[in-house]
Amino acid sequence: MSTWHEYVRKTGSLPAWPYPVNYGKINEVASDVLVIGGGVAGLQAAIAAARMGLKACVLERGHAKRSGAGGAGVDHWHGAVTNPCSRVTPEMYTRACYESMRGYTGTHVRYIITKESWDTLLECEKMGVQIRDVRDEFKGAPFRDEATKLMFAYDYRNRHVIRVWGYNIKVKVYEEAVRLGVNIFNRMMPTGLLTAPGKGSKRVVGATAVDTRTGEFYVFRAKATVIATGGTGRLYDFAPEVTAAASMGNMNSAGAGEALGWKAGAEFVCMEATYPARLAGYGYAPYSMANAHNTYHGTPIVDAEGKEVPWVDAFNRPVKDLAGRFLPAEGQEFILGEGIGISRYLPQYRNNELIHDLPERIRRGEFKLPLYADFTRLPETERRCIFGMMVGNEGKTRIPIYDTMTRAGFDPEKDLFQAPVAPPEGYVHPNFWAVGVHTPPTIRMLGGGGYLVDWDLRTNLEGLYVGAGGNLFGGGCHGESHTTGRYAGRHAARYAMTAPEPAIDRHQVEAEREAAYRAIRQSDGYGWKEINAAIARIMRDYCGQYKSEATLKLGLRLLNELKTTELAHAHAANPHELGRLLECHSIITVGEMVMLASLEREASNSILDFHRLDYPEMDPPEWEKLIAIRLDDGRVRARYLPLDFHLREPYEPSYEDNYRKHA
Amino acid sequence: MSEKVFMVPNPPTPNRAVAFNPEICTGCNRCVEVCPTDVLMPNPEKKQPPLVLYPEECWYCGGCVEECPRSGAITMLHPVSQRISVNWKRKDTGELFRLGMQNPPPPNTRPPSG
Repeated sequence: MSTWHEYVRKTGSLPAWPYPVNYGKINEVASDVLVIGGGVAGLQAAIAAARMGLKACVLERGHAKRSGAGGAGVDHWHGAVTNPCSRVTPEMYTRACYESMRGYTGTHVRYIITKESWDTLLECEKMGVQIRDVRDEFKGAPFRDEATKLMFAYDYRNRHVIRVWGYNIKVKVYEEAVRLGVNIFNRMMPTGLLTAPGKGSKRVVGATAVDTRTGEFYVFRAKATVIATGGTGRLYDFAPEVTAAASMGNMNSAGAGEALGWKAGAEFVCMEATYPARLAGYGYAPYSMANAHNTYHGTPIVDAEGKEVPWVDAFNRPVKDLAGRFLPAEGQEFILGEGIGISRYLPQYRNNELIHDLPERIRRGEFKLPLYADFTRLPETERRCIFGMMVGNEGKTRIPIYDTMTRAGFDPEKDLFQAPVAPPEGYVHPNFWAVGVHTPPTIRMLGGGGYLVDWDLRTNLEGLYVGAGGNLFGGGCHGESHTTGRYAGRHAARYAMTAPEPAIDRHQVEAEREAAYRAIRQSDGYGWKEINAAIARIMRDYCGQYKSEATLKLGLRLLNELKTTELAHAHAANPHELGRLLECHSIITVGEMVMLASLEREASNSILDFHRLDYPEMDPPEWEKLIAIRLDDGRVRARYLPLDFHLREPYEPSYEDNYRKHA
Repeated sequence: MSEKVFMVPNPPTPNRAVAFNPEICTGCNRCVEVCPTDVLMPNPEKKQPPLVLYPEECWYCGGCVEECPRSGAITMLHPVSQRISVNWKRKDTGELFRLGMQNPPPPNTRPPSG
């Protein structure tokens, strides 16, 4: 017996909620640094503060030992350009990101990442994460440095992306946080940031939250606060019955961190950027089928008759041999690598890939379906590295893929691993398990916008810092989240050392508490899933790829309708459902932010995949700028920033000078 | 066939997410404690395997299996629609296999790297 249905059938009774429930009971917690979000970024922030001798406290939605997008592991670590084998400098890497995105990414954040990514990884090694081939399993392989035993991905010449055995990285970082006395509060759904008393206060002094097991209310008072939450996966897309297993973001991805900051007056940038949601979860279980992308980069793909699909370089020239798949082509400075949170690569930094006209050649009958990954064509070190090292350590691959498949008898030395059978256009991107053709075209995902921060990773609000991947303008993926979390934690701690004692506004606390439990007092409203599905519908219809002032305003009206009618009268049967309903409030807030930012950009923009039907001209030069929005006393304020704002007044004109001044 | 019949909602989709082996599981609830999305709840009966209450909220990270102190007590089960898609073919013989098949081949016992 494993499921609820089996229990009910066997016992004939409903199981009571297993945790003691005390809705609204107030708990107060004081700390120097409060971190909201206990993923890899949040724990690194708390560790940094604790190492500086401060009292750090983490508010986590799940359980910090294994939670968060990075909680399931990592197989390669980006931006480690200061490692002893790297031929890439922070300036080169940062410039590559900036130019690839034509300026639409927070490159001050990128620079900070490249300056500290390697140091952060070394700290993870001290915590017990394996980052070197210490057992000499891959001795002599072209991706291994014999002196340091470091192993590299994508670009074996420039050696700035490091392969790591990170399946347990979250557990190790968690253990370090516990060892340092970080006070971790699990199962917390944050409801609001607390601001110091006084009208229009700009100092953040903590947060309120609801425990989603007990229903109790928490007031966290802190001198400094770090937002380290994830993305908003449930904004455009809500079909967990289909997507939950196949998505790379879990159910807790509900925009809580962005909603908190917005309501408190924090400034956000590039929130109008959205992209087709290839990874929304309409494909297959991540990494569970043949492909040649990311973790599987370099894998030989053959057709049903064993004919190998050729590779091309970034300039669409044939790649001669296997070694060439892992080397920059003639004319390339270096290969940036996949999975760093940018949506566009200039050819001089792009990866080698399978031929781009594969769909057309399948249609012509040149390649016959199904396609397979043929690991037997690889030398043992490369085969073992892809299936055994990368698959086995990347997020959601240790148990779900390596363990499950080998127990079922799969052997990469003997077997051909089948790719999904899809319409020909499904093979245009080498990540076959996430074949884009399966995601409905109306489903978008947020793309790279987020909190606007300065060179301290501080927001416009005193005492509020941000370190994370998903909601920081210029953030990246796994390793980047560790690095920005650590940096934000350090700077929050520095501020907290001299900050005055925080005072709490009791009226604000009471208002948050009053609002948080509304769904418990009602007995017959809609449930959270139906509300979430309605939010996603509004976003898809009114804030899709094509937008206009009229439809965006209608969308805003409908989000507000939902908030004041169905959501206002929704019902939660227990603290878990209450948490999910509170997330619906966050999701709506993020939806409003995206629509408001979209209204401000009165031009179409190709980098942001932003199309205004009422302003169809693409990329007019006067609109090559960033739009920052914030809420000020209930009114939306927008301002424009030059794309290179991080190198202009009040900042220094060079990356390195700014970094030195602030790090 | 006289078992009592109840009014219950349709089974959720996916159905199971994980399966517990009651012969091995001691009901220690360590998996319940760490699940990032609270898919699992402690069994009202002490020392019994947890209940899978919210399988549609599972994102299949396998953290529960990693956390489990007793090997074999928990098995992660991909949704059937995804398990059916995981196929492979032995290069020499052309034999077809799939995850979850009847009479599977012997396991590949090579552990992951590291």
